[in-house]
Amino acid sequence: MHNLIIQFWPSVIDGTTTGAIYALMALGYTLVYGVLRLINFAHSEVFMVGTFASLFTLHALGITHAPGGIAAIGVFILITLAAMAASGLVAVGVERVAYRPLRKRNSTSLANLISAIGMSFFLQEVFALRYGRDLIPFPRVLQKNVLFHIGTGVVRSDKLLVVVGALVMMFILDRFVNGTRLGRGIRAVAQDPSTAMLMGVNIDRVITLTFLLGGIMAGAAAMLYGTFYEVTQYNIGFVIGIKGFTAAVLGGIGNIRGALIGGFALGLIETFGGAIFHAQWVDVVAFSVLVLVLLVRPTGILGENLQRARA
Amino acid sequence: MAMTAKRITQVTDSALAPLFKSLHSLRTMWQRAPKWARATGYLFVIVLAVLAPAQSIGNFMAPQSDWRTILFYPIGSYILLALGLNVVVGLAGMLDLGYVAFFAIGGYSMAVLGVNYHWSFWEILPVGIAAAALSGVLLGAPTLRLRGDYLAIVTLGFGEIIQRVANNLTITGGPTGISGIPHPPSVGTLSVLSYGVLDARPYYYLELAMIVLVIFFTTRLEKSRVGRGWVALREDEDAAELMGVPTFTFKIWAFAIGASVGGLSGVVYAAKVIAITPENYPLLLSVLILVCVVLGGSGNRIGVILGAFLVAWLPERFRGLANYRILIFGAILVAMMVFRPGGIIPAARRKAELLEGRGGGAHLGGEVDIEQPGSTPEV
Amino acid sequence: MSKSHVRRITFPSLLAVGGLLAAACGSSSSSSSATTAAPASVPIGFFGALTGPNAQLGINIDNGVKLAVSQYNATASAKVSLVNLDSQGDPAQAPQLAQKAITDKLVAVVGPAFSGESLAADPILEQAGIVSVTPSATNPALATHGWKFWHRIVGNDNAQGPAAAQFIVKKLGATKVAVIDDQSAYGQGIANIVRQALPGLGASIATSQSIDPTAPDYSSTVNAIMASGATAVFYGGYYDAAGRLLKQLRDAGYKAPFVSDDGSLDPKLISTAGQAESANTYATCACGDVSGTTAGKAFTSAYQAMFNTAPGTYSAEGYDAAGVILAAIKAGQTTSAGINTYIGSHTFDGITKKISFTSTGDINGGGIYVYQASGTAFTSLGLVSNLVG
Repeated sequence: MHNLIIQFWPSVIDGTTTGAIYALMALGYTLVYGVLRLINFAHSEVFMVGTFASLFTLHALGITHAPGGIAAIGVFILITLAAMAASGLVAVGVERVAYRPLRKRNSTSLANLISAIGMSFFLQEVFALRYGRDLIPFPRVLQKNVLFHIGTGVVRSDKLLVVVGALVMMFILDRFVNGTRLGRGIRAVAQDPSTAMLMGVNIDRVITLTFLLGGIMAGAAAMLYGTFYEVTQYNIGFVIGIKGFTAAVLGGIGNIRGALIGGFALGLIETFGGAIFHAQWVDVVAFSVLVLVLLVRPTGILGENLQRARA
Repeated sequence: MAMTAKRITQVTDSALAPLFKSLHSLRTMWQRAPKWARATGYLFVIVLAVLAPAQSIGNFMAPQSDWRTILFYPIGSYILLALGLNVVVGLAGMLDLGYVAFFAIGGYSMAVLGVNYHWSFWEILPVGIAAAALSGVLLGAPTLRLRGDYLAIVTLGFGEIIQRVANNLTITGGPTGISGIPHPPSVGTLSVLSYGVLDARPYYYLELAMIVLVIFFTTRLEKSRVGRGWVALREDEDAAELMGVPTFTFKIWAFAIGASVGGLSGVVYAAKVIAITPENYPLLLSVLILVCVVLGGSGNRIGVILGAFLVAWLPERFRGLANYRILIFGAILVAMMVFRPGGIIPAARRKAELLEGRGGGAHLGGEVDIEQPGSTPEV
Repeated sequence: MSKSHVRRITFPSLLAVGGLLAAACGSSSSSSSATTAAPASVPIGFFGALTGPNAQLGINIDNGVKLAVSQYNATASAKVSLVNLDSQGDPAQAPQLAQKAITDKLVAVVGPAFSGESLAADPILEQAGIVSVTPSATNPALATHGWKFWHRIVGNDNAQGPAAAQFIVKKLGATKVAVIDDQSAYGQGIANIVRQALPGLGASIATSQSIDPTAPDYSSTVNAIMASGATAVFYGGYYDAAGRLLKQLRDAGYKAPFVSDDGSLDPKLISTAGQAESANTYATCACGDVSGTTAGKAFTSAYQAMFNTAPGTYSAEGYDAAGVILAAIKAGQTTSAGINTYIGSHTFDGITKKISFTSTGDINGGGIYVYQASGTAFTSLGLVSNLVG
């Protein structure tokens, strides 16, 4: 119990940090699910490609030590753009190759799932064969300075960056979906595709846009992951993908704000689960919480808000 | 770009059309064949399966590993698992991403009861099946009211949990697992019925017998009231519920039956391999078995068996490709789903379903052209 | 227009099919040539991961074996051929490869490399009477099955665990130790032995945790270690998770010594964690540092010349494991039973140590060495027994 008190504030801070990354990943699942009603299982590889893109940008810039001042901001903008561009492109590419041809044939969601799994294997192996199967370290981009304390917890610059960066991205996405013409298209298709089409919404374009947005969020998550954990690997997306998917379901898949809540909730459940029980039971705890939430609220914490609940 | 995707599909369709057409006509021929012809057909397949472990076949089928051992695992085990998962996914239409859990429960039943309590294989077999079925019901009872995609994450989590629990408990040996698992007792002095360490054939024949039993059992089941109920709830759960189909009960049945086949497979596997660890039950195995089912033709037993055989056998046959196997496998999966979304041999009942929409924006692509079965699209 | 699209799209797939066929032909022809060549020479095998995520260790060993065989074949009259049994480190694939060893009539096998696959493969090799000499499967339980044909040329975790504990307490002077493992058969096995050994040396266990090696974030474990006031950390597991855990510990401001096992003895631990973060980081290993001896220097330069890279962890042990088998063959033993009796009753001058086996197949003696991270690699500090006096 004594340990739990010491670990309370560190757990809050770390849970929020990992939760921010989960939430960004959850957005990708939720957006695609809202519009297409399918789980994009290749989203984990969209994330993986993003981490590699920011790593290669760092290599190209010749960064070996954390830059200071204006240079740091420039580097951050560059690696963020690179990760977002790469992830966005891969997301759109996955849709073109693995989903669109199936959609044109009215395939079952099962076929979509297998196609996504195939895509996932393929992308992982491309990177494994090209860059090896070992962890690849990142150079340090941001000095991990202690900024201030909350209780026993230490707030570090990199953790703050992750949380603030993620919140900014989520705010922008929320504004985009709820406040622009293109966002209205997404909501329209999510709510009722037939009517949306009759009203002149170009469904193909909306779907591409949705994948692009999900990819950009994954790219942001990838950049933050890279600067925070400073490693990547061909299969790095697998665990993060499952966590993001769990977070999306927990919050209510198809619901953008639900993804946010689900992400932070999952992050906190994990760190507190680890502090109370031991780290080896974290996944068991997280899963049990998920099942309990689904029993009480069968469509997640916030429910399917983008459209009515439907199988 | 959208045009391109459509054109590719059309063109490849026309290229592959003769092959698929002949598959289709083969099916019609088979369905129209007299009873004696079909019985001969079944007999032929069984004879082929019995002769399969022959060394001459092995030289071609698996030049770089031991054919008899891989006939048992992965080939035979995948077929058994895929048949079980097919009940859940193909017949009842529920997505189970944690099927490996039941394989593990069967395996650990065999290991724990055999090593700690010295039960024999034939005593453990029903217990392992019952334990798997029970855990299927326990998992299903609270979660089967959830709709499709929520069920997917819950089952996926369950598969992970079982592996974690096995890794953390002392009774399962933790990460070291359990070794010294007893073999089934030998029957007489016949070599194909003496269960030892070196010869994999007796295990293969045991598994073959199980596969035949499972096929027989599920075929009868599919044609029964329960089977028709599954089709109804797969096609439209709401409509089925309104028509008075007890959907929840039938879902539980599907889950329990699927789980028990997984448990059966797990008991047989553990009795052969002597030692099991949690590493034998990765999430990837759940995914691979699902791939077997969908690749072969979800809901069609022959297709599922073929799918399982290919998924298990091809990586062994092409060991020489080593590092490129998964890459090629991934590409084949995407290509198969794009060109043949119903699997190699789609289920007959599913064919109708494929032509209908499935809700959401998916059936409303800008340029949807609903093809009639058998029609060749113009290029 | 549509035609050009078609060509562009289908061409790669045709290539892929062609490649598949070519590879199929290539693989079948290579294997048939191996089997036809077999009668003229004595076939031995290497059993371990050559592809897949854990391949590096297997490749290190296999290279050592290849070097030993090529040196032997250069002079000997009875040639030896080497067959690869690539398990990918997967226990599920181990039984069929052990059967393959029987079909190929191998007289002896170097390996299996990992403890997990050993548990699945060794009973089959034992029944078939094929000699196995493992250079790296250090799980103590392997010696308890009464296997007659099984041998291990490195000290097992029962030796490594207490040595690590002694090093932590007596050399590093830690009294409160956090013991972490990765829940693998290997990592948890050795961590448990350390956990048992610490109280006897007068140190207490500050916290005992298991991590998921595939998870990205170890913050709850880091917080627990920080909260426990541990003055040293022991980690049982492999270098990739060890590197990430070490990095996250150092980022959190934890400066105390970090000690791990032979699974972590790899320069990649340092590249993952960072050089500055790897200060005060140690790894114990049953593997000796061979760079000091004459035989070791000759081995290192021959290895360098053949593979264009320096020997890795367990390369020298792979060389010695093959050397033991080759010595028996050189003495005229070409059957499994003959080799088994020969290596059970002789002492060999390996490059890593003098090698002789106990009745259970474990090595007699078998000291534990400790390495410290410095610069981009680990350097040997020598035998633990010498350091703690």
